Amino acid sequence: MNDTVATAVESDVDLVAALRRGEERAFLQLVGRYQPSMLRLSMTLVRSQAVAEEVVQEAWLGVLQGIDRFEGRSSLKTWIFRIVTNIAISKAERERRSVPFSSLDAGDGPAVDPARFRKPPDPYSGGWLFAPRDWSAVPEDRLLSRETLRCVATAIGALPLNQRAVVTLHDVEGLTAAEVCSVLSISETNQRVLLHRARSRVRAALERYLESGQ
Amino acid sequence: MNSPSADEMSCQELVELVTDYLEDVLAAPERGRFEAHLHRCDGCRTYVEQMRTAIQLTGEVELASLSTEACETLLRAFRTWKVEGGRGIP
Repeated sequence: MNDTVATAVESDVDLVAALRRGEERAFLQLVGRYQPSMLRLSMTLVRSQAVAEEVVQEAWLGVLQGIDRFEGRSSLKTWIFRIVTNIAISKAERERRSVPFSSLDAGDGPAVDPARFRKPPDPYSGGWLFAPRDWSAVPEDRLLSRETLRCVATAIGALPLNQRAVVTLHDVEGLTAAEVCSVLSISETNQRVLLHRARSRVRAALERYLESGQ
Repeated sequence: MNSPSADEMSCQELVELVTDYLEDVLAAPERGRFEAHLHRCDGCRTYVEQMRTAIQLTGEVELASLSTEACETLLRAFRTWKVEGGRGIP
């Protein structure tokens, strides 16, 4: 980013101060800045566009009502995401679409189907029986196609709520692990377990998709 | 391929540690075992590459945007908040 752009874009701190003074343009700027991320986060948590929009609306009301109490100990983005996540999770749980957020779904399987590894008494037990294939042979335009991204989005949508939340915040929104923990009120270890399961499933979905030869 | 010794990491163990590896939270000895395994295993190198690709593609998932109607509702909400909170110039 060059200097001209950097000075033209107001910092979150300035916008928060302006919002507290009741300046509409500050509100609009914040909406422009965070709305897309909020909606995306919300949509991965509740699945329906209509409910996701309700969540975002309610979240903005939460932002307005809470802005005087926002102390800046976390970043504004983290604070806003926490509001979105809390509203979305309570709606999702009410809709009974998901297991309770707090459960770590311990029954969840391994990253890779055990049938793909050698078993004892094979001396290479635990080694690949069906090794993954190199995707560098997949043409770039196929790898980055709309269809491939849809496959990823579908795979994320099929994850349990807590995995969906973690992978969206970390790998889609680019929050740090510490920020994800702060937004979701989970430990770093749980965060990584959920992230690992989510990423492993996305990889497996991509593998099925890319190697189906469509 | 030599028969693996007891302290060597198996492919099946490695795939469960990929996230810890990529997030750089593996303890030094484990990281050493992980990298030693990667060095001699094509399948696992490919696997780690696939995970990197999956993460990269996850980051490319498209932005959703809010409907115009929803934006207008928001603006009304802001104006109500402003009036009720007595903010700005009266």
